[in-house]
Amino acid sequence: MHQPGSESGTVDMMINMGPQHPATHGVFRMELRVDGEQIQDLVPHIGYLHRGSEKLCEHELYSQIITLFDRLDYISNFNNELVIVSAVEKLMGVEPPPRAELIRIIMCEFNRIASHMIFYGTFAIDMGALTPVLYNFRDREKIQSLFESVSGARLMHNYFRVGGVKQDVGDDFPERAMALCDELERGIDETDRLLTENEIFIERTSGIGVISGEDALDWGLSGPVLRASGVPYDVRVDEPYSRYDELDFGIPVGSAGDSWDRFYLRILEARESISIIRQAIALMEPGDTMAQIRRIARPPAGEVYAHCENPRGDLGVYIVSDGGERPYRLKVRPPSFCNLQALRDLTVGHYIADAVVILGTLDIVLGEVDR
Amino acid sequence: MLNGLKGLGVTLRGALRSKVTAEYPKEHLPLEKRFMGFPALTWDAARDEPYCTGCMVCVRYCPTQCMSARMQDNPKFAEGDSHRKKIIESFEINLGRCILCGICVDVCNFDAIEMSHEHERSERLRNANRVDLPALLKMGRRYQDEVGWKQSKPNPASPNEREAAKTAAEPAISGTSGEPRDQEGSSPPEKPGEDAA
Repeated sequence: MHQPGSESGTVDMMINMGPQHPATHGVFRMELRVDGEQIQDLVPHIGYLHRGSEKLCEHELYSQIITLFDRLDYISNFNNELVIVSAVEKLMGVEPPPRAELIRIIMCEFNRIASHMIFYGTFAIDMGALTPVLYNFRDREKIQSLFESVSGARLMHNYFRVGGVKQDVGDDFPERAMALCDELERGIDETDRLLTENEIFIERTSGIGVISGEDALDWGLSGPVLRASGVPYDVRVDEPYSRYDELDFGIPVGSAGDSWDRFYLRILEARESISIIRQAIALMEPGDTMAQIRRIARPPAGEVYAHCENPRGDLGVYIVSDGGERPYRLKVRPPSFCNLQALRDLTVGHYIADAVVILGTLDIVLGEVDR
Repeated sequence: MLNGLKGLGVTLRGALRSKVTAEYPKEHLPLEKRFMGFPALTWDAARDEPYCTGCMVCVRYCPTQCMSARMQDNPKFAEGDSHRKKIIESFEINLGRCILCGICVDVCNFDAIEMSHEHERSERLRNANRVDLPALLKMGRRYQDEVGWKQSKPNPASPNEREAAKTAAEPAISGTSGEPRDQEGSSPPEKPGEDAA
């Protein structure tokens, strides 16, 4: 890929960014061809975190697969659990009880906020602002404490089950969740004040990594990255699953499709999530949290595709069942992986420091990219 | 320029707030009641033996295959002191492999395994995380004392208790066959007073 000397007698340089670079959020390597500071070409290299999750799933019972899905996108575990659980339910034709559905929605939305909190913080670190991450992690810890009180674990919950959830939430859960919503609202406002309108921040992000709505659709992008380009696509609204159709919430949409839009959209989205949580808690009624089904899920032979809105985009799972208690084949459509494809187009022409910013706004999680 | 100062205001206010971090080895944050630490085996104080019968359900359902168990005939059943025909002989969990998913607790039919609050564990030797039956029972008893653990359903009567109940009832109801049901878990306790112990 080395180019012959240009008019000025210089040659392009190849540099490797990663896999140990802190801004790659995991183990991800970018091969950059740079002319001075300017990026001419970019080749992403993935697979450092490949664990063969899809193949592993073929050897696990459906109840055990949930633990593997926890570990795909390891900072939004509940959202991952929801997609596998709803896929198996769809295949079996099982309806979880309404209370369980609401608990799931509340947990998923809290997890969306927690995931976005990590995004604000690490994104700011990528640009050299080291303060916001401390505020974001402080608030994220509170969310995790709530998770701990519900599921017993702070990260790998294994709380959703085919046909419901593992156990009902505690009696003090509604008050606790409501109080947490207020605290999170304050936390998001703080991040907003710290970053959004900061001149240096705007200078670093606006106009960087622009992608048009059309291009974004062509690349198969989804989630905040797609919506920042002005396409109002959200699985929660376009194909409502669970009880999202009973809840009233807006889909924030960006216009420019640049890094600033992708950042600010996630701030707006977190606020929407808080409003969803409040509505869902108000809708909660006492009742069962588990459908009456066999303990070992054994879906009929057939195939199913289910997808849900992850914090990173449209997470789908495709299951082929041969009627046994293990899937015959399982395929995951990971949003991070699909979003990552656009990285080269977004980055070429920008400076090295911007590559970090653009990768940050794509908000990839390598556990999901490599599976 | 003004907006940059707005951010500065946030950090200044942050400096005046009380601290939120706990300095870990010195300070321990309280655990939630449902916190899932490493799995441990529970102890049946009424029968003075573990709840675990070594039925291998947890071993089969463990996603990481981190446990192994062996069952044996329960000598206490032969003497008539316990309702458990079989009892655990040896049980080993490799806590280094355990992913704390709690599936073993879900599938257990006998309340025999629980996710304890044990979570701080570091060992010098690689194999020191393979804990055996006495260690697991110790962890379990600590957990039971800590949370005031209660079994989900009372124990069925042991052969001796059933005998005692039968002889006590015989003068009143004569002629009933009184065939003892030996299926575990199927017969209700006939002397609830003893189970409370």
